[in-house]
Amino acid sequence: MSSPPTEESAPQPAGIVERLVRDDLDRKRFLKMAGSAGAASFGAFVMAACGSSKKTASTAAAPAASSSTSSASSATGDVAILNYALTLEYLETAFYEKVIAAGFYKGKVGSLLKSFGQQEASHVAALKAAVMKLGGTPAAQPAAKFPIENATQVAELAYTVENLGASAYLGQAGAIKSPEVLASALAIHSVEARHAATLATLVKKSITPDGAFAKPADMSTVLAAVKPFLA
Amino acid sequence: MPNNTPTQTPGGALANPELAAFEVHGMTRSSFILRGALAAGAFYGTAAVTPFVSQALAETGGGDAEILNFALTLEYLEADFYNVKGKSLNLSGEAKKYAKEFGAEEAAHVTALTAAIKSLGGKPVAKPKFVFPASSEKSFLALASVLENTGVGAYNGAAPSIQSKQVLAAAGSIVQIEARHAAAIDLLLGKSPTPSEGFDTPLTKAQVLAKAGPLIKA
Repeated sequence: MSSPPTEESAPQPAGIVERLVRDDLDRKRFLKMAGSAGAASFGAFVMAACGSSKKTASTAAAPAASSSTSSASSATGDVAILNYALTLEYLETAFYEKVIAAGFYKGKVGSLLKSFGQQEASHVAALKAAVMKLGGTPAAQPAAKFPIENATQVAELAYTVENLGASAYLGQAGAIKSPEVLASALAIHSVEARHAATLATLVKKSITPDGAFAKPADMSTVLAAVKPFLA
Repeated sequence: MPNNTPTQTPGGALANPELAAFEVHGMTRSSFILRGALAAGAFYGTAAVTPFVSQALAETGGGDAEILNFALTLEYLEADFYNVKGKSLNLSGEAKKYAKEFGAEEAAHVTALTAAIKSLGGKPVAKPKFVFPASSEKSFLALASVLENTGVGAYNGAAPSIQSKQVLAAAGSIVQIEARHAAAIDLLLGKSPTPSEGFDTPLTKAQVLAKAGPLIKA
C-alpha cells in the first residue's frame, strides 16, 4: 500500500476521464456502469438520520457474493471507481508537480506542498495496484494543464482541487462493494481532507467549508469540474 | 488493511474478550468500558464472547447502532473537550477560534449521531463524564491533536463494518471533518498535518480505547 510509485510508462488505453469528457455518449454509458452514487440523497441522511434503509442480512450478502464473481470486469463496480479515483490522483499529482516547478513557495509551505504531491503520487501507486489486484486495467495518466499564475492563485486552486478530491471520494463510499477497497478509499479520503484543511489555512478560507458535515460530489459533477484541467 | 486484527490491538486486557468481560463484571465503571469489551468480542465473533457480553450486545442492538454509539461516545468526548474544557482555559488566537468552531461541529455530530441511533431503533448512550489532562493552551492543543487523529482512525476503522449506506455516508461525512480538524490543529502545533505516507491508518476499537479510555472518568 505504501510502497513507492513505480512510474513505468507502459502503453495504456486513453485516460478514461479524457475519453469521457470528449464523448458524452461514452460518458453516460460509463457513469451508468460505474453507478453514480452521489449527492442526491445526501441532504436526507444527516438530520433525517439514517433511518430509511437498514440493509438486511440478505441484501448485504448479495453484493459480496456477486463482486467475487464479477471482479474480472474492468469497466464496472469497484474497478471503475478505483480508475475514476486514479484519474483524479493523476491530475492532483501533475498539479503539484507544476506548482513546485513554478517555485512560488519555498520554505515550510514549499515543503508541505511537495509532501502533498508525493502523497498524491503514493495514492496513484496504491490505486493502480488495487485496480490490478481486482483484475482490471489501470486508467492511463491523462494529459493535464493547469493555470499557474501566481502564489495566491495557485494556493486557491490547490484548495479547490483538494476539496473536490475529498468530496469525490466521499461521493463514492456508498458505491464501493469490497470492504478492503472501501478501507483504502477512506484512508485516502481523510488525507485529501487534511490537504484541503492545510490549504485553507494558507488562503485564509474555511477549514470546513461545508460546516459540520462534508458534502459528497457525484462523478458527473467532479468530471465537469476537472474538465478544464484535461489537456 | 490492518483492520480488526486481534494481534494488532494494544488494548491490553481488552484484546482478550474473556478478560474484558471479567473486567466489566468487576468494575462496572462506565458503558464505555463495556463497549471496549464488545469491541474485543467483535474481533472474535459474538460466539466467542462470554454470555454476559453477548447479552449486552443483544440489548444494544449490535451492528450499525453499536458502531454509531461508539462514535457518539467519541463525539461527546470531543464536544466536551472543546466546549467545556476549552472555555475553562484562557485560549487565544487560532486555538480559541478553533475550539469554538470545532466545538460547535462536534456538538452537531452528537446531535446527528443521537438521531441516527434512534432511527435505527437503538438507544443512544448517555454522555459519560470526562477528565481532560490539559491546563495550558499547549497541552490543550496536544490533546486536541490526539482526539481528532484518533477520531479519524476510529471512523475509518469502523466504516467497512457499517451495513447501511446511509450510515456509511454519514460516517464518511463526519470523518472528513475530523480529518480537517486534525490537520488544522497539527499545523498549529507545528506538526505534520498528514501521515507521512499519505494514508490514514484505520484504528480498531481497542486502539481507540487505549487513547480515549483514560479520559473517561471512572
